[in-house]
Amino acid sequence: MNWLLANFPQTWELTTAHLYLSLVPTVIGVVLALGLGLIFGNRPRSRAVITSIASAVFTIPSLALFVVIPSLIGTQILDPLNVLIALSLYSSSLLVRTVFDALDAVAPEVLSAAEALGYSPARRRVFVDLPLALGPLAAGTRVAAVTNVSLVSVGAVIGVGGLGQLFVSGYQRNYPDQILAGIIMILILALILDRLIAVGARLATPWLHQGATAKSSTNNAPRNPSISTGANTEGVSS
Amino acid sequence: MITFESVSKSYPGGTRAVDELNLEIATGSFTVLVGPSGCGKTTSMRMINRMVTPSSGRVLIDGQDVSGIRAVTLRLGIGYVLQNAGLFPHRTVLDNVGTVQRLLGLNKAQARAKAYEALERVGLDASLALRYPAQLSGGQQQRVGVARALAADPPILLMDEPFSAVDPIVRLELQQEVQRLQAEIKKTIVMVTHDIDEALTLGDKIAVLAPGGVLQQYADPLSILTRPATNFVSSLVSKDRGFRALSFESLTGLSTTELPAPDTAGRIHLPTLGNGFSAEINHDAATVCWSDGVTVRSAPQPIIRPGDSLRTGLDAVLASPSSAALLADHDGNIGSYFTLADLQPLLSKATRVSS
Repeated sequence: MNWLLANFPQTWELTTAHLYLSLVPTVIGVVLALGLGLIFGNRPRSRAVITSIASAVFTIPSLALFVVIPSLIGTQILDPLNVLIALSLYSSSLLVRTVFDALDAVAPEVLSAAEALGYSPARRRVFVDLPLALGPLAAGTRVAAVTNVSLVSVGAVIGVGGLGQLFVSGYQRNYPDQILAGIIMILILALILDRLIAVGARLATPWLHQGATAKSSTNNAPRNPSISTGANTEGVSS
Repeated sequence: MITFESVSKSYPGGTRAVDELNLEIATGSFTVLVGPSGCGKTTSMRMINRMVTPSSGRVLIDGQDVSGIRAVTLRLGIGYVLQNAGLFPHRTVLDNVGTVQRLLGLNKAQARAKAYEALERVGLDASLALRYPAQLSGGQQQRVGVARALAADPPILLMDEPFSAVDPIVRLELQQEVQRLQAEIKKTIVMVTHDIDEALTLGDKIAVLAPGGVLQQYADPLSILTRPATNFVSSLVSKDRGFRALSFESLTGLSTTELPAPDTAGRIHLPTLGNGFSAEINHDAATVCWSDGVTVRSAPQPIIRPGDSLRTGLDAVLASPSSAALLADHDGNIGSYFTLADLQPLLSKATRVSS
């Protein structure tokens, strides 16, 4: 703990680097998975191929991927881009299946309604399917973000690992305080990210949390309730 | 006018959903496609807005083949109500109702203003406007579904078993609401149902389809009841057929007895009825309670109006403890009553007509 307080500026620098290395792949992963999901969601054959590739990618050990990427795309071995690319691949592999499942879970009558009312397929994807997939997608994103926070530290082995560098040097110098500092900061980072995504998702999907909304809308109910239809109030209690 | 010209639909594997369907649906009419599951009624209806493409034959709207109209454009001009309302869970009631206007290019504020109007038209309170569908009862959701279909004021309205998922009381309420709306807005409505009662109550014209998509009869409700064209139609309408046919007979020519003046407490004494019943009229609710002064005091009974059917009149008499029902005149004044004996001539006439 003392080490952490004494070396806070250095730790802070590593923390921001760590945050960058874990956040960027999460965002790229979400965008990629959503794109793939929305485009290929109702094409069974492409879907099967994508799902198999995603599973395969996810089984590659992260360290191996960090080392292999430079030879594949010609980056320097110490380039942070290697870690960013590897983690983006993991995130999108993890999330693409979530997106497929979330899109499948949209009620068929809602999709029929959209079709019958005059949505074109592309428009429906964006304005009906996508928002309805947000809830499960957010849950998946929380997992992906936390996974990335922990995987970034593996990058320390190749010299790019944010707080992971504290593990490497703490281990080499046999200095547990430094390792502890790394663990504490990573835990805090993971927790904060997880909460932020959860809160963001909640704000983006108000319809999934209507329990609270129901009460407030009853309280704010304007005008005279007696002019309402007989069936009007029954929905409130349910 | 919606025209089906020898339309068939078969699926790979040889299942035939619709078989050589010919149908002319008049503009402004309420047409019900009725039949058991697998009779192709929904399939047929969905050909109108191109959600299903016929294997052969054509569907025309006002003489224009729908296959020549862009599906999205066509659908924006046709209202659609689904069985389970099919509301968008992520949009408020208001934005659900404004969906078609948004698709037509109106901005959010304009669409919402139209949506408020549509909510009012289907009898939904504005305080529900900002709720999400999950916060509504089934009946309310279905009303929102109807409001959404009507909001853009399309000339044609398609309804796919719109009332089958709600409880009987709400169903009756919604059916009456749709009848009231139709009298007001005069759309061309095509509705699909498996419930022959619903078809007989709501339809101007009924198309009865049998499994395999074969049209059995296309006629007005009274003809379906009294002159079923095939055995299939007779079996469909066999229950309570005689009694139901009375729905299409008026009370014209009913002889009635004038009510005496009420006493100081507002009761009307009718000593000739049974053990001497008295009637207590609730003018606001248009109901009457019968009492014999000793043991019986009935629940409020409806008061019959001149436009009511013979079935309603007979039902009122059968349900009344005094075996009499009160009749209001065209101005709403309740001045006379009638009994089973008064209905007798009308009933015999109805039997002669329908046989």
